Amino acid sequence: MDSPLLQVTDLTMRFGGLTAVNALSFEARRGEITSVIGPNGAGKTTVFNCITGFYRPTSGGIALTHPDGAVFQLQTLPGHRIARRARVARTFQNIRLFAGMTVLENLLVAQHNALMPNVASGLLAVFGLGGHGAAEVIAIDRARGWLDRINLLPRADDPAGALPYGDQRRLEIARAMCTAPVLLCLDEPAAGLNPRESDALAELLKTIQADGCSVLLIEHDMGVVMRISDHIVVLDHGQRISDGDPAHVRADPNVIAAYLGEGDEDDPDVPLAAASDGPLAAAS
Amino acid sequence: MAYALQQLINGVTLGMIYGLIAVGYTMVYGIIGMINFAHGDVFMIGAFLSLISLTLLSVLGLSSVPLALALTLVFAAGIAALYGWTIERVAYRPLRGSFRLAPLISAIGMSIVLQNFAQVSQGARVKPIAPLIPGGIQLMNVEGFAVQLSWMQIVIVVTTLAVLGVFTYLVSATPLGRSMRACEQDQKMAGLLGIDTDKTISLTFVIGAALAAVAGLMFLLYYGVIDFFIGFVAGVKAFTAAVLGGIGSLPGAVLGGLAIGLIETFWSAYFSVQYKDVAAFSILVIVLIFLPTGLLGRTDVEKV
Repeated sequence: MDSPLLQVTDLTMRFGGLTAVNALSFEARRGEITSVIGPNGAGKTTVFNCITGFYRPTSGGIALTHPDGAVFQLQTLPGHRIARRARVARTFQNIRLFAGMTVLENLLVAQHNALMPNVASGLLAVFGLGGHGAAEVIAIDRARGWLDRINLLPRADDPAGALPYGDQRRLEIARAMCTAPVLLCLDEPAAGLNPRESDALAELLKTIQADGCSVLLIEHDMGVVMRISDHIVVLDHGQRISDGDPAHVRADPNVIAAYLGEGDEDDPDVPLAAASDGPLAAAS
Repeated sequence: MAYALQQLINGVTLGMIYGLIAVGYTMVYGIIGMINFAHGDVFMIGAFLSLISLTLLSVLGLSSVPLALALTLVFAAGIAALYGWTIERVAYRPLRGSFRLAPLISAIGMSIVLQNFAQVSQGARVKPIAPLIPGGIQLMNVEGFAVQLSWMQIVIVVTTLAVLGVFTYLVSATPLGRSMRACEQDQKMAGLLGIDTDKTISLTFVIGAALAAVAGLMFLLYYGVIDFFIGFVAGVKAFTAAVLGGIGSLPGAVLGGLAIGLIETFWSAYFSVQYKDVAAFSILVIVLIFLPTGLLGRTDVEKV
């Protein structure tokens, strides 16, 4: 618990003249659920894209420390190394399952590294050699375990694209978990879910946390955020405006101003039903 | 009737060879959305490699034909796989992320390079080879017309089916095949799940080239003559087969290959040999008008 799992230092990302993220620093501690919130366009997804290697940050550092003390500078690694070596998994705002593959295969693809450590073993597998069979059995067991957890076991052999929306969301999280990550990054996992599905999602994230995987969460559903987060980072215009536990953030005048617009903002994006005692009260 | 049966046998044999090449087109298209115009020339290189290997083995005094064929198959597929890997590495990978036409133009360039390389190194004249597997079975004899199923045709069809079988298993049931299909659907997501997409794309080229080399060997055995230009015509036909079957679909490529082979053979048999290509391509146009995604192509369902 001494060193933070993820340490973002002075992260800046510019797209031409637009500064999406400006000298952002924050930490995500081991074993916690850390949420990143903020109005639309605050730079949340850009931060995720930098962490998972989709973007090369203009400047700044992203250090990930494994439990064994190994440190990975994520801004220097290519995408597949981030997943494979640094063990960071992510999901997207829009669902990106392999729609044409079966539900089970989606989870097996995520265990690719254990199944095919190198090209030779991949080719040997064609002839049933190289210990492929045993590894495959373990992978299938693990995949079925996850399907059981998200109640999709009966649909294991259906194409992933045929599942209802809420199931696809959960399958994406299960797929990310099948890569055995130390950090799971979720980009708006509750988007488009009904209240009951959101509750189930919150439960699922809690059990993932209990299993020892840290979670970094972008979410607009404040009910979910306030309920499960240990730590919240609030962004606006690419900068951190607040940082702390849910109670602290909810009371922070900066946050209220950012969400409600405090007069001078162009278009206040109010994600919450503004209750009588403040914009974030809906979650309490 | 007997005549038609004979044409059916010939057409299936030819179609199998087209199908083997078409698989290479369809795989590469599936995974990076690019038409690998140099693929037909890899097939030609495979045929030359087979010729070199067979000649070498007979010089060395190997008299067992099955052993010679097996060794040649491995040799040609192996070296052609190296060609495939190199082509991707040199001509396509540096252009990935460039505009869509760039790798296409590079592929045409690669095709010309390979053709000229073969022409310069092997000579422009047609290379013959003595028939290795003579004889066959006479299936029936109707009014003096004997329907022949040659051993050669059996070897071609059996080898092709075996190679396709192994390959289908690879794609559908092994981790390598799964990662190939994952890259095909969403390369970036596959990368995020820890799949090395560059390596997977390389392997796709390697496998496609090996299959093309097998087709090259079959072509050499069946026709007995090759030259540096066979890759172009066979390549265009196989590409047509891939499009006809539905580009991106593996069974479609084989089906398309069979269709082209049969159309060509039957047209030559009943109408005119000169117009066989016109017939094959006209059918392609007609099919694409009514089934724009090909016979087995899947339409992408846009979900909002």
